[in-house]
Amino acid sequence: MAEKMATRQAYGEALVEIGEKNKDLVVMDADLSKSTMTASFSKAFPERFFNMGIAEQNMYGVAAGLAASGKTVVASTFAMFAAGRAFEIIRNSIGYPHLNVKICATHAGVTVGEDGASHQAIEDISLMRSIPGMTVLNPSDGASAKKAIEAAIEMKGPCYVRLGRAAVPVIYDEDMDFEIGKGITVKDGNDVAIIATGIMVNEAVIAAEQLAAEGISARVIDIHTIKPIDEEIIVKAAKETKGIVTAEEHSVIGGLGSAVAEVTAKEAPAKVKMIGIKDKFGQSGKPNQLMEAYEITAADIVKACKELL
Amino acid sequence: MLNVDEVRIAARNMRQDIIKAISAAGSGHPGGSLSAADILATLYFYKMNVDPENPDMTNRDKFVLSKGHAAPALYAALGRKGFFDVEEMYSLRKIGSIFQGHPDMKKIPGVEMSTGSLGQGFSTAVGMAIANKLDGRKSKVYVLLGDGEIQEGIVWEAAMSAAHYKLDNIVAILDNNGLQIDGRNDDVMKVAPIYEKFESFGWEVMETDGHDIEEIAEKLDAADEIEGKPVMIIARTVKGKGVSFMEDEAGWHGKAPNAEETEKALAELGGEQ
Repeated sequence: MAEKMATRQAYGEALVEIGEKNKDLVVMDADLSKSTMTASFSKAFPERFFNMGIAEQNMYGVAAGLAASGKTVVASTFAMFAAGRAFEIIRNSIGYPHLNVKICATHAGVTVGEDGASHQAIEDISLMRSIPGMTVLNPSDGASAKKAIEAAIEMKGPCYVRLGRAAVPVIYDEDMDFEIGKGITVKDGNDVAIIATGIMVNEAVIAAEQLAAEGISARVIDIHTIKPIDEEIIVKAAKETKGIVTAEEHSVIGGLGSAVAEVTAKEAPAKVKMIGIKDKFGQSGKPNQLMEAYEITAADIVKACKELL
Repeated sequence: MLNVDEVRIAARNMRQDIIKAISAAGSGHPGGSLSAADILATLYFYKMNVDPENPDMTNRDKFVLSKGHAAPALYAALGRKGFFDVEEMYSLRKIGSIFQGHPDMKKIPGVEMSTGSLGQGFSTAVGMAIANKLDGRKSKVYVLLGDGEIQEGIVWEAAMSAAHYKLDNIVAILDNNGLQIDGRNDDVMKVAPIYEKFESFGWEVMETDGHDIEEIAEKLDAADEIEGKPVMIIARTVKGKGVSFMEDEAGWHGKAPNAEETEKALAELGGEQ
């Protein structure tokens, strides 16, 4: 079994490293620092960490004020309470004035597991990418999560970083290349293209291996940046393969599948099948059971790929 | 030193700017702009350390208009202070104008935060006050709230956080005109007792007549002496203050005067000085 690490774990470690160098970095949390992993930053730099209590709306408003005063602000909570509860504050006080706030949201998707539907954000990508000027990142493993945090803090302006609760297999080396807006071809192939994001990249890799065993050549593309999306890599996949399967741990409404279809519809019409949560709420269960129940596993990707051929 | 006449003249001119701009726009919020005019004039023409020649000065005091719909009052104060030619604000609410219906910090010199969605400006002001503490600046952050606005839950989240972090460098002022769009606060959603609410949230609370420049100035000075906690100044105001037919009328919350009403209002306000 491959080595595993939760993207939130990598995030917590990266924050401390960045905090050593960047003295203008301020980190905030809303009473979930032990879960979001900002707790390590709070121990290392207590004077630059602000626990805002269970008040996410105010946290993002305060973050905006700090950013307007020249600080680089990372503000964390669960994806549900960031993109969901605080949406309008993020939209009006961070997005509209294009302030330098990094919304690092953990516990995204159904793999939150046992907490159930109330805590499983499956709409956050859709909500965040609809805000003008918002960059949206969704790394797939520990190494890319660390790079994503570094890139998010490096860039100027608002950025949403989607992170997961569950430990996921390592895909990349520590020195992998991560550039905002540039998709990564994880595996080449010309029969079908699997365009995945977040923890679904690993499922896509497994699916491609199973397809290869049956003589089907599947390209695997990691779209770690949902916005601005890498149009070039998508158009190329649309033109060079017989169809695209998108894979995300998110609703099929408004997420990666929609973003890819927006590109193909405009630039290179192609068949696009979407693996994701099909307009349903989540439920309690173990992450792997939920992935099966909501049909977002490697097997579901394999099935969709075959339907395209 | 407080020059009462200077502030009073600024306020009078601002009230006329407000009426002219809203009249030209054909829409806007005269009631809450007029009720806030004396408070804004005292802040900009007496209290705050700001420099129109150097709007980004590091040690400046900041003002956040959390009740963003009173934008014309803020634009008038900034224009009269010299951040831009005050006549420019007569393009209020017109397409292509920098003078948006609600303040846009990216477009207008001197506007510290984009506001309009109620309650959020208060939170952002808390963030600015924390930043001043982090950077060791003595500067103050002033934030103006409406009394209807404090029905928003985020206001109380912000109030809690300012007290928790002992932010004695933030001064909130409540434009307590008693009215909101649908009528009296007491009828729509009771906000009273305001004094006791903020006091119990850990704030030092003061009261003033919101149209008495000397008393507003006195309370703003007294706020400087408070240590270890944030200050709320409840300013008793009259919505539509200065224009007889607009005073204490909820109907003038968000309605532009027609030509005849504009003429009457400007005559009552006594002309520019």
